Amino acid sequence: MTATTVQDNRISLRARLTTWWVILRIAMEERFVYRGDFALGTLMRFLPIITQIFLWTAIFQASGRPEIAGYTRNTVIAYYMLTMISRAFSSMPGLCGGIALQVRNGEIKKFLIQPVDMLGFLLLGRVAHKAAYYTIAVVPFAFVFFLCRGFFPGWPEAPVFIAFCLSLFMGFLLGFFIEASLGLVAFWFLEVSSLVFIYNLLSFFLSGHMFPLDLLPVWAHDIVSVLPFQYLAYTPAAIFLGKIQGPELWTSLAIEACWLLVFVVLARIMFQRGIHRYSGFGG
Amino acid sequence: MNVGFYMIVFQYTDEIGAKTGWGKYQFFVFLATTWIINSIIQTFFMPNAQKFSELIRTGDFDFALLKPIDTQFIISFPRIDWSSLSTCMMGIGLLSYSLYQLMVVADDPLVLAWPVLFLYPLYLVCGVAIMYSVMISLAATSVWLGRNQTLYNFWFYLTNFSRYPMEIYKTPGWGMGLWIAFTFFIPVLLVVNIPARFLARPLDGMTSANWQLAAFALCASIGSLFVSRRIFKRALRSYRSASS
Repeated sequence: MTATTVQDNRISLRARLTTWWVILRIAMEERFVYRGDFALGTLMRFLPIITQIFLWTAIFQASGRPEIAGYTRNTVIAYYMLTMISRAFSSMPGLCGGIALQVRNGEIKKFLIQPVDMLGFLLLGRVAHKAAYYTIAVVPFAFVFFLCRGFFPGWPEAPVFIAFCLSLFMGFLLGFFIEASLGLVAFWFLEVSSLVFIYNLLSFFLSGHMFPLDLLPVWAHDIVSVLPFQYLAYTPAAIFLGKIQGPELWTSLAIEACWLLVFVVLARIMFQRGIHRYSGFGG
Repeated sequence: MNVGFYMIVFQYTDEIGAKTGWGKYQFFVFLATTWIINSIIQTFFMPNAQKFSELIRTGDFDFALLKPIDTQFIISFPRIDWSSLSTCMMGIGLLSYSLYQLMVVADDPLVLAWPVLFLYPLYLVCGVAIMYSVMISLAATSVWLGRNQTLYNFWFYLTNFSRYPMEIYKTPGWGMGLWIAFTFFIPVLLVVNIPARFLARPLDGMTSANWQLAAFALCASIGSLFVSRRIFKRALRSYRSASS
């Protein structure tokens, strides 16, 4: 390799990093425009927790049991609160529909003629969105979690907390690449709203957002445990609450990483194949 | 998905709340009633309330004001989202199945008294009226706020309280506070509870407190319409056109 090539590569990397930084900064600034609405919206999202507290109190009272599927009333409520964090990481509102719209109206052309990778651009946009969201949402989140601290069994040990953070981070990436793959189906179908509706429905139920997956009958739990949805809500919450421990914890994270790799590769292949099918007309 | 969730819940308990009478199929009647009322709101009123917020922001509300017809009427009814009625059909299906299960059970089967056939639709209409009043009042805030993007979210979070039997809130402390607030001040707890109670459980089991609450629900629905009308009129007085 000659000195000129090395220098070109360095410039190219520097230029690329600068591009990424500009994309991230613009996206962050966009998100901070409505910070008041953001904070209020986040606080409102905790209102359903109030009904969950009363609902599960009533269920436990009527059942006469101190525990249901290994959960006490308090841990069920702590679970719901933790899934709010995991869903805040893994949910990607508007991503599928946005990609499909860009394919349909031809806006996707800009990624074909500019030296910007579409998936990378969208990912940075989401990173900015989540970073901005958490910068503002940390106050209402901290407030509500402080008020509800009695429902939690306490802080987990450091390795468990690291595993929790890791599962949140991978949950974010997994959520992004699953939804990006769904959106890229638009290269073949153009309209994906029905697909998104089915995905959202399945994801809400099978991710553990609706209830702890441990409540499922054994046969259903066995099926759900081989699907990737659980990593979007259930796994981080279950790790924090100590429901997944020891070797099982690291196995779970390794499987999550494998699912992530599968969807990264799938999204890349779909994009490459999709642009070969794509036809843009007019200006 | 909701049915799936509650089927799982009823594997672990016989009732929602100890001695509340909301057993599995009684609760499914409750759930079906929630679906029916919500789908009517989603079909006839929600698209119009969302459109109202946009009319305020863009200034196109001027055209509604100029027409020789009641402004609240023309704002409330122009658009219908027929696809949302599918939830109503599913609600009717679940309602029929649950009632059948309650009527064929060997131990103490449900017998539908004839007044119920009149009371249930009447209280469905009352429930829709209360929900419509809450929605139009929230939509009217667009006049003051300029834009109300979170209307649907706020509506969802507020009406979330109505999706469960009111007995679960009747606990000492702030549960009772919520019950009072959402029964007597913003009466969303009456919306589903009263009609579902008439249909799912025997009429002769109604206590005087139940009848009083049912009578109050009638007054509350009329009162809600009246108050929401006042809020809407008050909002109109504050309207300043955004168009040139």
